[in-house]
Amino acid sequence: MSASPLIEIRDLRIRFHGDDGRVTHAVDGVDLSVANGATLGLVGESGCGKSVTSLAIMGLLPKQSAEISGAIRFDGFDLLKTPDQTLRDLRGNRLAMIFQEPMTSLNPSFTIGDQIIETILRHRGGSRKSARQRAIELLRRVHIPSPERRIDEYPHKLSGGMRQRVMIAMALACDPRLLIADEPTTALDVTLQAQILELMRELKAASGAAIILITHDLGVVAEVCDEVAVMYAGEIVERAPVDELFATPQHPYTVGLLGSIPRLDHRAEQLATIEGMVPNMAQPPAGCRFAARCPFVLEACTRAQPPLVEVSPGHLSRCIRAPLELLVS
Amino acid sequence: MALLEVEGLVKHFVAERSLFGRALAHVKAVDGVSFSLEAGMTLALVGESGCGKSTVSRLVLRLIEPDEGAIRFEGRDLLSLDANTLRAFRREAQIIFQDPYASLNPRMTVGQILTEPLALHNLVPSAQRHERVAEILRLVGLEPRLARRYPHEFSGGQRQRIAIARALAVEPKLIICDEPVSALDVSIRSQILNLLRELQDRLGLAYIFVSHDLAVVKHIADHVAVMNLGQIVETAEADALFAAPGHPYSRALLSAIPVPKPQAKRSRIVLQGEIPSALNPPPGCRFHTRCPYVIDRCRSEMPQLVPDGIGHATACHRTSELPSSAAIVPSDGGFSPVLEKLVAAFSGSPEAVRGGGVSSLGTDPA
Repeated sequence: MSASPLIEIRDLRIRFHGDDGRVTHAVDGVDLSVANGATLGLVGESGCGKSVTSLAIMGLLPKQSAEISGAIRFDGFDLLKTPDQTLRDLRGNRLAMIFQEPMTSLNPSFTIGDQIIETILRHRGGSRKSARQRAIELLRRVHIPSPERRIDEYPHKLSGGMRQRVMIAMALACDPRLLIADEPTTALDVTLQAQILELMRELKAASGAAIILITHDLGVVAEVCDEVAVMYAGEIVERAPVDELFATPQHPYTVGLLGSIPRLDHRAEQLATIEGMVPNMAQPPAGCRFAARCPFVLEACTRAQPPLVEVSPGHLSRCIRAPLELLVS
Repeated sequence: MALLEVEGLVKHFVAERSLFGRALAHVKAVDGVSFSLEAGMTLALVGESGCGKSTVSRLVLRLIEPDEGAIRFEGRDLLSLDANTLRAFRREAQIIFQDPYASLNPRMTVGQILTEPLALHNLVPSAQRHERVAEILRLVGLEPRLARRYPHEFSGGQRQRIAIARALAVEPKLIICDEPVSALDVSIRSQILNLLRELQDRLGLAYIFVSHDLAVVKHIADHVAVMNLGQIVETAEADALFAAPGHPYSRALLSAIPVPKPQAKRSRIVLQGEIPSALNPPPGCRFHTRCPYVIDRCRSEMPQLVPDGIGHATACHRTSELPSSAAIVPSDGGFSPVLEKLVAAFSGSPEAVRGGGVSSLGTDPA
């Protein structure tokens, strides 16, 4: 990790106040940082808080119901204390985001050109003509064939893979320093997924932007990320360079996740399963949140919440039994 | 005799009609598909969205009527069945869908959902239905007391178990699984895959498994049929296909599988161009617009599925001239030695975890 990260999240806590008075602890004390030009994978299952974390970075959480504390330092700003007007200047400019479902994130009543040009004019100004020229270039950069013609089409005329490219082109319109991609390939077929992943790698190499990739697909993580943070029930339970995470995971939840994916080179009769259910985040358990589902559980695990400790340089785990290899050697 | 034989299946949907109702354009969803499936085996249909794999699975059950072709189930011609015999047939072949949220009636309790097929086919006298429902729930790993609850009280994985329980209620011989795990989280997905496997071994079920997740297919299927724009372009035993994919389309699909191993060795084939529309499929080989090995002949003449004599058939003019298929499928190298042991300890036999494994390790940490 370099001396000054591009984005640094400190003790981020997000609580949602429901209509019925219940409080859900969606994110609980998350620390994260990403260096310039690095790709961080944020991994976890539905409801673990990974998307909420990214929405907090973008300042897109509803103010009425979400209670946010902590700090998100980006480019000299604390994003949580930045006024909306400044945030609007940052979003789509130095901070950009791609969502999972490209159809619902494009406006169906404007051409894709209008939507890209709007972003450019809002942040860069200049003439509409030069913005249009830039939009065409961007579409070419994401490998959309005959962009001069495509720029005047409406989103419904494009296929899913094309729409995702348009989203990427739009995100890149102002050369962002940080790109957050929330499940960018989940809705796509493998062949298109391959194209989009290839494209993201290419763009990262060209622009040097940092990427936070949110996904539940560990295969995708292995392909594009330098570092991985695994989230469970609102907390980061493990953080490691990508090679280490896949070779010597240090949290039982990560072991369970890695064991539950079918392998191409390893025909197992049975896949690993993680028994039980995610804890109710309206009343998080006192001890380790994974304790109830963990086969390596000790009594101490249920008493106090384990801290995130460094097991080896750069490899952190929130498990009192780490290093786990001692359990099996 | 095969459990299910499908021959020359064709289904064209009308996409556009003239003012007077004459069909102007057709989507050629399924265009001449043939395969067979033995009892107790799993056939996977794979391909990109819109290739016709889901349509095939519905045609087999006659949930939609084919335009042409023959479907035989245990030698009986399904297309000649009348409404009553068709209903009787549905007892032998069931389907589970991708979205367990949408496929369970929210106003019925799980008990009612599972009793309905029993009553419909009059399988169990009403006095014993309660007992049978409890038995089916246990079979899919749910507690019988849950029969009184409604679908919204369950998680996604549990709902998929209920959908499987409903399919099993009528003791079918064939279950069509249309993307059964695509909507589920990784850890839940493995539970459902294990369950499907276990039920197959126990009850001798045959599956048609429709999926776009090829690692899952490799895990569960005995045979694989690769579909592109309404046609099967390659069919083989799963191991043979993953070892040496023949058709350029299969090669591209398999080469693109993301594998959970950083720096995996791979020679990914990134297809250029978009998937052509099934409304107006290209002439000749339907893959020629995206194929890196295209020659003139591919643009005009449609290749037929040619078997190689050991159960591997490929529909490509250039099968014999293509470069070696070695190293097309990325290698994930399996688990690292440490991970291998950790996963075994994590999910090992219950004794290993509770008895020898954890408690002993727990009392005297190394």
